[in-house]
Parts: sequence; structure tokens; C-alpha cells
Amino acid sequence: MIIDFILLFFLVVSAIAAIRMKDLLSTVILLSAYSLIMAVVWTRLNAVDVAFTEASVGAGITTVLLIAALSRTRRWEGNGQREGFKSSKLFDSHSLLSFIAVLVTGAVLVYGTLDMPDYGDPDAPSHHHVAPRYIKGSLEESGVINMVTALLANYRGYDTLGETTVIFTAGTSVILLLRKKRAQ
Amino acid sequence: MIELIIGKYNYWIYITLMMIGFYAMIAKGNLVKKIVGMNIFQTAVILFYISTGKVWGGTAPIIWEKAVIYDNPIPHVLMLTAIVVSVGTTAVAIAIVIRIYKEYGTIEDETILEIEREQAEESRGKRQDIEA
Repeated sequence: MIIDFILLFFLVVSAIAAIRMKDLLSTVILLSAYSLIMAVVWTRLNAVDVAFTEASVGAGITTVLLIAALSRTRRWEGNGQREGFKSSKLFDSHSLLSFIAVLVTGAVLVYGTLDMPDYGDPDAPSHHHVAPRYIKGSLEESGVINMVTALLANYRGYDTLGETTVIFTAGTSVILLLRKKRAQ
Repeated sequence: MIELIIGKYNYWIYITLMMIGFYAMIAKGNLVKKIVGMNIFQTAVILFYISTGKVWGGTAPIIWEKAVIYDNPIPHVLMLTAIVVSVGTTAVAIAIVIRIYKEYGTIEDETILEIEREQAEESRGKRQDIEA
């Protein structure tokens, strides 16, 4: 109970620190730390498959991609010669307006949680629809001990097909965006 | 009141995380910061979703003869897909940022707008010259 609270506190701290850093490399490293803490939180929530996917994909590949992007662009936030533009009044009112927008959105979401079942409530509707059927039947029908694997590969194979399509589309777009123009 | 806080405080922390990411996306001018904000937002949404699968006293959804009650495996399956897709979106966003940097030499959106404005004025000036 206490450890969950501490982990969530660290998540919030690392997220705030990540977006406040002027050095973008620190931002990326803090995001990596955030992902790793997130993986620990998911282990605490018993979502072990999600946790190791996040530890490898979120903390690993995303960090590598972001560092590659920084090496291709620049490491520091803001740019030297046009620094005067940032401190103008327009920027301040912009961040104040964004803060108000964020606060209002957050308040609406908090209001929405009041109608939700409590955290960990066994009577929540999501535990009583198809979940019991999967939990009871998956071993017999698929022969796999891990229910998440059985669900992913046997019952919801089309999700993975869609996921592959998304990754293929993303890969194609990256190639199209970053290809070198042929000399004419 | 205490019951309400104990039952919902997890959700409120997830919403705080979401809003930190959202703030980074709309208030920060740096495009890499925007991507980082998007990542924080995505993981917070996934965390929210995973937490709805938690049952008090439940064990991980792996068959075990001593287990009394299992956590709901469906959110886990759906969010596995979501994590991989989020890497796809991040990769495309990074590719776009690199392309923008090649084109404009900067990743600050205000500077990009300034350059755009200057270019528009230049082309308008040229057109006036031709007309004159």
C-alpha cells in the first residue's frame, strides 16, 4: 500500500522534472526513468506481461529513438539567436492559458471518476462480462498457462493483426519521411 | 469522504500524470518536448486502463493451483497492443521532427512560425515587384 503510493509519487515527480528540463538529453533520460518506474507499478498491479513490454519497448526503444532524434537535431531547448522571442509577454499568456485549459480538463476527468467503481472493486462490471469465461476456459481451450498469452494469440488474434498493420504503416511513413531525395 | 479518497486516489494520480503530459503538449514550444509529453500522456492512459483490471487480493493471470482469484486479463491484453502502437506513433513523430529540422533548422514552433511569416512576406514583396 505504502510502496504503491511512493511509486506513484516518483512517477509524478519524474514526469514534472522531464518536462521542466532545458537540456533535452536530461528530459529523455528522465522519461526513460519514468517508463521504468511505470513498469514497476505495472508489476505491482500484477500486469507482468505489460510490465516487461514497457521496460523493453517504452524504456528501451523509445529512449533510443529520442536520443537518435536529438543527435540529428539539437540538444538544448530554445535557440540562441532568437532567445528574445521566448521571454515576450505572448509566451507567458500562452502558458497561463494552457494551464487553465489543463486544469479544466483535469477537473472534468476527476468529476468523471466519481461515477467509476472503486479501485480493486471485485464487483466492477468489467470483471463480470467475458473475463470469467476467459479465466475459466483458457487453459482447457488453448493449453497455455499464461492467460494473457492465450488471449492475445488465440482469442484476440485480430488485434495483433491490426497492430502489425499499424507498425507496418508507421515504418513505411518513417522511410518516406526520411528518405534522401534522388539527385536530379 | 475518506472512503471516496481511498477508492479513487489512484485515478486522480493518473489524471495528474495525464495532465502533465497534456500541458507539455500544448504549452511547450519545443517539438521534442511535445513528443515527451505525448509519451507521458499515453503511458498514463495505459496505466489507468490496467488499473481497472485489478481486483483486491487477485494474483497475476497465470494459472496457479493456489490462486483464489485472478486479476482481469483483458485490459492487459489490450494494453500490450497499445504500448507497441504508441512506439509506432512516437517513431513517426520523431521522423517528422527530423524532417522539420532539415527544412527550417530549428525545432521551436514559434521560430518556425516566424520563419514562415518572413517567407510569406518575402514572396508577397516579390510579387509586388513583378507587378510594379
